[in-house]
Amino acid sequence: MNPFNYSRSSAAAGAIQSLVKEPQAHLLAGGTNLIDLIKMGVVAPERLVDINPLPLKSVEKTAAGLHIGALATNSEVADHPLVLQDYPLLSLAINAGASPQLRNMATVGGNMMQRTRCNYFFDTAMPCNKRVPGSGCGALEGYNRMHALFGASDHCIAVNPSDMNIAMVALGAVVHVRGPKGERTIPFGEFHRLPGDHPEKDNTLERTELITAVELPASAAAFRNHSHYLKVRDRSSYAFALVSVAAALDMDGTTIKGARLAMGGVAHKPWRLHEPEAFLKGKPATEATFRQAAEIAMQGAKAYRYNKFKLTLAPNAILLALQTASA
Amino acid sequence: MSKKTNQEKGEPLLGGSRRDFLKQSSLLSAMALTPGPVIKAAEEQWDEKIADVFEKVQVNLEVNGVMHSVKVEPRVTLLDLLREELNLTGSKKGCDRGQCGACTVHVNGVRINSCLSLAVTNTGKKITTIEGLATNDQLHPMQEAFIKHDGFQCGYCTSGQIMSAVALVKEGRTQSREQISEFMSGNICRCGAYSNIVKAIQEVKNSQL
Repeated sequence: MNPFNYSRSSAAAGAIQSLVKEPQAHLLAGGTNLIDLIKMGVVAPERLVDINPLPLKSVEKTAAGLHIGALATNSEVADHPLVLQDYPLLSLAINAGASPQLRNMATVGGNMMQRTRCNYFFDTAMPCNKRVPGSGCGALEGYNRMHALFGASDHCIAVNPSDMNIAMVALGAVVHVRGPKGERTIPFGEFHRLPGDHPEKDNTLERTELITAVELPASAAAFRNHSHYLKVRDRSSYAFALVSVAAALDMDGTTIKGARLAMGGVAHKPWRLHEPEAFLKGKPATEATFRQAAEIAMQGAKAYRYNKFKLTLAPNAILLALQTASA
Repeated sequence: MSKKTNQEKGEPLLGGSRRDFLKQSSLLSAMALTPGPVIKAAEEQWDEKIADVFEKVQVNLEVNGVMHSVKVEPRVTLLDLLREELNLTGSKKGCDRGQCGACTVHVNGVRINSCLSLAVTNTGKKITTIEGLATNDQLHPMQEAFIKHDGFQCGYCTSGQIMSAVALVKEGRTQSREQISEFMSGNICRCGAYSNIVKAIQEVKNSQL
């Protein structure tokens, strides 16, 4: 592993200052992705600023909804009584990802900052515009079985690997960040970005900004009784998604009052399905309705040489997730 | 190459700041046009010096009830600290990437992958490794159960499996065979002793009822 310097921050302002002062400094939280990337030579920070002492671990109810500190671990969030009660979708999604040991280490903020698991990104012998801008995309004509169906560009077809993100975007979470100029909020759906001409940028966070919290709106608790996270993968546990679906319904008898739908494993960002959501509203919860929603969801999908199977897998996964959520 | 040569001679190593190092390393790049053997020799010396530029950090942590104070490079993982500095080689290095679970230890009672945790971030914490489970000559019930049910073959993953299993029982994730499998999924056993591992866990869980 490349050497680096280490410092510890116990105040957000200090951590942000370190990022301002040193362009090659990275923040360190759970480290489950960053340490791996450093070992693989994918990134080589000159300094790690350990932000674990920051007081950003609390999970608590606020007037707006549920405030989740950026340093709360994935396990703490998934097992939290308020999450289980009001936002079970988030708990299901988090527990579908990684392993218990990793979830005990990984934080909410770190999970959002997780880099793609594209093999060409990890393999420093291969071209990758995300790792080395301008070097090309190895996946485009390569072994692209795990890659995107939506929103990709000629420069990058990688997908965001997080399960947590899919539930967060479906539930309409809001990200709280703090930088040298103060605090701002970013809707979760706008936090991650599509690759476009700059696949090296995964998200819209400025380099000198710190994620402080994620807030789930109180209104999203309306989906608490009818939600499901379906993850399809190569083995039954501990693998990244080929396709995943977060489905949440607000039901009035057999009629859908409101719907939230998002997909994972298909885009550079958690893929919220606004049009199928609008279509589902007011419809009866039947197989025919769900099939139509899935058809709408797949409009504009573009497959590559090895991931064509996802064109069939994804709508089937949407159907099954909606059926399970509505039951 | 003798590792201590420069220090023994009392020659100053690199100035200690990252900036100096960067200046010097650009110089190294400039040397790319000089003959191979010269560069090689130079590089070998630089390797020693580079390691010295990054300051070591004090770590104070309790491992299996014993306090340790050591200075480590920031890049040293908790796993490497345990194995290489503290001679606790029970925790194994399998993939070294958080994928196999052979390095599982408890930090403040919570199971983690010690290969992805920097030693420096564990200062002030209580670590339990496989060496800390037994009480004197009395094995931990989970260790006994693994032996009884043949929960291993080659044994390389076993310390990680046992550390994970002990935490699993404490977490209460032993309601069904499926739940045990799901919440043990971070521990890979390439010999395939899974069914016996589950039996061992079920026995420990049942003995606690």
